[in-house]
Amino acid sequence: MAEQTSSESKEDIPEITPFDPTKKKKKKKVVIQDIAEEDRLSEKIDNLTLADGVENAFVGMKKKKKKPVGSDLTNDGSPQTGQGGEEEEDPNNSRQKYPWEGTDRDYLYEELLSRVFHILRENNPELAGDRRRTVIRPPQVLREGTKKTVFVNFMDLCRTMHRQPDHVMTFLLAEMGTSGSLDGQQRLVVKGRFAPKNFEGILRRYINEYVICNGCRSPDTILSKENRLFFLRCEQCGSGRSVAPIKTGFVARVGRRKAGS
Amino acid sequence: MSDLDIQIPSALDPFAEANAEDSGAGSKEYVHIRVQQRNGRKSLTTVQGLKKEFSYNKILKDLKKEFCCNGTVVQDPELGQVIQLQGDQRKNVSSFLTQAGIVKKDHIKIHGF
Repeated sequence: MAEQTSSESKEDIPEITPFDPTKKKKKKKVVIQDIAEEDRLSEKIDNLTLADGVENAFVGMKKKKKKPVGSDLTNDGSPQTGQGGEEEEDPNNSRQKYPWEGTDRDYLYEELLSRVFHILRENNPELAGDRRRTVIRPPQVLREGTKKTVFVNFMDLCRTMHRQPDHVMTFLLAEMGTSGSLDGQQRLVVKGRFAPKNFEGILRRYINEYVICNGCRSPDTILSKENRLFFLRCEQCGSGRSVAPIKTGFVARVGRRKAGS
Repeated sequence: MSDLDIQIPSALDPFAEANAEDSGAGSKEYVHIRVQQRNGRKSLTTVQGLKKEFSYNKILKDLKKEFCCNGTVVQDPELGQVIQLQGDQRKNVSSFLTQAGIVKKDHIKIHGF
């Protein structure tokens, strides 16, 4: 059925199609370059995956169009192996056709990079940037009486961050400049009134400082203590860094007035 | 002999530079601005880690005048002098300190929620 339509437009399509993919490729390249200049590598990876997704969509669209054309071409005796290399292979291979094929120009960095990512994604997809985003649930906060605040899902958050509750707790308390403790149900009880937003801000700072890897921005890290210093080691990229210790009693504790309490 | 050997590199002063760099890193001592809750909706701002060369009382006077709040300089046994201000003045203080050229912006750390 497809052969009929393709045979009708057989004359036109081979002229148009060599233009089309290059156009799209070029567009894609430009987009990537623009973004790449501005952003860091990790975000670049994201953009690449995004762009590739778009391209894949295009490929999917192309498949239907091109298969008949390719078969026709092969029937004709495959006259355009060099130029029309993109069309005549089966769809699985079509993404491996590179824009520099048929020409003898130098490879562009973006092209090589996308090639690497294609190969990586085909062979072991878990390495190629498709990272799952760990979502930290918003803190649930209750008021206990008027002067105490209870952080309900504290343990949950510690578990998702893979951090010792002790460490998180000391950081929270040091930042808020109050005292607090864990209660029977492993909730954090903090003295003072705090809104959930406050906790969120502090947790965000904690994650930036003590959870996220500086190299690859992944939260998959381990905090270990080596002779009194805390070190953060990334599970993804293997990089490590030292981390500032939490200084709890930092503030000149301006304790309550004696008359106040 | 050994004295001579030691003196020659010391003439090159490798340590002077190192010390200078150290002092450069030492100037990365953060100024910590914290907020503490008091009773009710009252709070307290503390500024800690300003350089010793500055006259805390003069800074405090300007801060008080600028933000229309009261404050004191507290002598802490470990941390030296700490400026205390009434109310949550964190943003005010940090902008004031940077504008007055007392501290660079990236040497200020604002704590609290």
